Amino acid sequence: MSSSSSPSDRRLSALARHLSSPAESPVAGVSASITSSDVGSVFSHVVRAPEDPILGVTVAYNKDPSPVKLNLGVGAYRTEEGKPLVLNVVRKAEQQLVNDRSRVKEYLPIVGLAEFNKLSAKLIFGADSPAIQSNRVTTVQCLSGTGSLRVGGEFLARHYHQQIIYIPLPTWGNHPKVFTLAGLSVKTYRYYDPATRGLDFKGLMEDLGSAPSGAVVLLHACAHNPTGVDPSLQQWEQIRQLMRSKKLLPFFDSAYQGFASGSLDKDAQSVRIFVADGGECLVAQSYAKNMGLYGERVGALSIVCKTADVAGKVESQLKLVIRPMYSNPPIHGASIVAAILRDRNLYNEWTIELKAMADRIISMRHQLSDALRARGTPGDWSHIIKQIGMFTFTGLNAKQVAFMTKEYHIYMTADGRISMAGLSSRTVPHLADAIHAAVTRVV
Amino acid sequence: MSSWWRSVEPAPKDPILGVTEAFLADPSPDKVNVGVGAYRDDNGKPVVLECVREAERRIAGNLKMEYLPMGGSVNMVQETLKLAYGENSEFIKDKRIAAVQSLSGTGACRLFADFQKRFRPDSQIYIPVPTWANHHNIWRDAQVPQRSYHYYLPETRGLDFAALMDDVKNAPDGSFFLLHACAHNPTGVDPTEVQWREISYQFKVKGHFAFFDMAYQGFASGDPERDAKSIRIFLNDGHFIGISQSYAKNMGLYGQRVGCLSVLCEDEKQAVAVKSQLQQLARRMYSNPPLHGALIVSTILGDPDLKKLWLKEVKVMADRIIGMRTALRESLEKRGSTLSWRHITDQIGMFCYSGLTPEQVDRLTNEYHIYMTRNGRISMAGVTTGNVGYLANAIHEVTKSA
Repeated sequence: MSSSSSPSDRRLSALARHLSSPAESPVAGVSASITSSDVGSVFSHVVRAPEDPILGVTVAYNKDPSPVKLNLGVGAYRTEEGKPLVLNVVRKAEQQLVNDRSRVKEYLPIVGLAEFNKLSAKLIFGADSPAIQSNRVTTVQCLSGTGSLRVGGEFLARHYHQQIIYIPLPTWGNHPKVFTLAGLSVKTYRYYDPATRGLDFKGLMEDLGSAPSGAVVLLHACAHNPTGVDPSLQQWEQIRQLMRSKKLLPFFDSAYQGFASGSLDKDAQSVRIFVADGGECLVAQSYAKNMGLYGERVGALSIVCKTADVAGKVESQLKLVIRPMYSNPPIHGASIVAAILRDRNLYNEWTIELKAMADRIISMRHQLSDALRARGTPGDWSHIIKQIGMFTFTGLNAKQVAFMTKEYHIYMTADGRISMAGLSSRTVPHLADAIHAAVTRVV
Repeated sequence: MSSWWRSVEPAPKDPILGVTEAFLADPSPDKVNVGVGAYRDDNGKPVVLECVREAERRIAGNLKMEYLPMGGSVNMVQETLKLAYGENSEFIKDKRIAAVQSLSGTGACRLFADFQKRFRPDSQIYIPVPTWANHHNIWRDAQVPQRSYHYYLPETRGLDFAALMDDVKNAPDGSFFLLHACAHNPTGVDPTEVQWREISYQFKVKGHFAFFDMAYQGFASGDPERDAKSIRIFLNDGHFIGISQSYAKNMGLYGQRVGCLSVLCEDEKQAVAVKSQLQQLARRMYSNPPLHGALIVSTILGDPDLKKLWLKEVKVMADRIIGMRTALRESLEKRGSTLSWRHITDQIGMFCYSGLTPEQVDRLTNEYHIYMTRNGRISMAGVTTGNVGYLANAIHEVTKSA
């Protein structure tokens, strides 16, 4: 076969080979007629899927040759120098693992690394949580936040009597897709108020109040994605009372614990007030951002049940969801997390590094807000400081976003969400210029 | 207020993984675990390959832990396709293969099953009898109806080739079939090369779709090229196949969950379309696959010296297992067993379908602390020069009155 022949040449000659000499049965004498496998693939009707709107931003960014391009798409932390960050505690933990020759790579149990599960539960529920002490929490290791949501969703679709989940409007783009494929039907509740760029608390309470009894409600534990708008503690308490009175089942997505305020305990308050009332809930945890373990896919799903007996049965059913999906979860990332959480010194170091990341983001918020004020950019930009966590929901519309990408090489999702973690003191002025231009020239 | 989950029933224990749990709980010093298919050295210890240790040394410290693309590590996938399709495969050159990194073999099978359900919703899957138990769970959870085809013949402890071919011929045209590329799990019974050619030919006549689960490439004969023969036969005959590949056993990366799903398409455009759809399914399950294991694989396969070392280490593992097959058979024959044990050496790969009944298996467990799955499947990787005599003796004792 000539190496200078084109793909279509090779394809044609392969086809010719099949067609010209009648295929002979190895059993002798019988030739095959043209069959459907000569005609084409059984998947020839498959059309190309649209780019994932969030991950597609990075794809477009990578293609751009401009030296001033800025990626404010995916929520991945960047240093002041614009570089990804591997935490020192993570490096230390990894070195420990590599140096330990006794470590093997055998299969984890279906529910994952036991120590990791225990420590993760303590992290979100509190080390002295009565729910943990009475063994009524089951925690299973999953593939980061996405995996935890999917496994939880599938469990609900099989075992829960009310197969509707309410998600906030807006929410992370992947939420409705994950839950739909898990087998739940997805409805929305009001959340973001564009007029105030804050919480539509009245709308939220109305919509949850009129949800059917028993419906599942997805709650962002802190640092709502994409808006950065969180309920106050008082508002959380009112939400809790309403939900318990209507028997609505809380499903928390906790992807930013420690990253929002800088305090792990503070960022877990919403979850803890629900657990404290003795009721049941689900919690999906991710270590992608707060431990910088993005690609290692580390997370956990916890289901807080009424009794230890129920928790045991629930765990056994979670295994039946997991086994046909991927058998058991990946060992590496969970081992790193366990090594850090179990060691007091590493844990403390981690909290310091975490606070430094959160503080840098808060500083970027202030710098951007100041820069817009200095330019006299029309509009109220106080939401930049009021919103919390990795993202700011700028309020820019899709046309303005497209303009900023085309003219200023700034990449963000079309809903106007920017990742503050992608900003630095050096790049804030460029972003401020772009926003100013977009707001004054594009409507 | 009572629990939402009052009515949740306790689920039955996984039949395979439950065996190891029971083994671990047993305090007897004589206990032997020939249950789970994870490789053990001659001291009964799990093994981390030297090539893996070296790869990890190189990776640690350099690591950025950013998200992989939804389709996983491009490098790792490219190297992995070479193993299955051939180093100089025209299909790779022509970019006709839609391929994504998957969560080991399980994840690859599940992604394919979900893809099959979405794009061929009226199709079903033909699964051999017997097969790895989790295959049934995977296609069931993907909601693809299952049919079975004859495979194992208990009388010969070999392949029921005539019945298999009948099932292939009688299935409706264009049916989907699950095939074990090599080292069939749990029986260790593989078609011969001649038989594979006939199967491929009949698949052409019927227009069937072949999905290969290849979890043991390199592990069966010691030679990865040889172990991919069935796949190469089908490719040569012009089939558009799908393949699940796993590095759990042949690179000892079990817990890292590294594998690859590939689907051969008509052209590059179609491959792009199919890959994009596979990525969408992955996005809704776990967003993107884990990094660490993929880096180990691409470090090893991308370095000629490390790759050579890997091939050597795979051969050592395969040879040890082949050696234990011979030892077990000879041990049984030496004890004067009147039964035929030639299937132990005829069968290939990690598992031996012993032919023991569930009652005999229970006796092995209860009286001799020997743990295996109740279908009589012995994981040869758990057999050592230290325990082969004890194992042979126990098997002889529970079968001599049979």
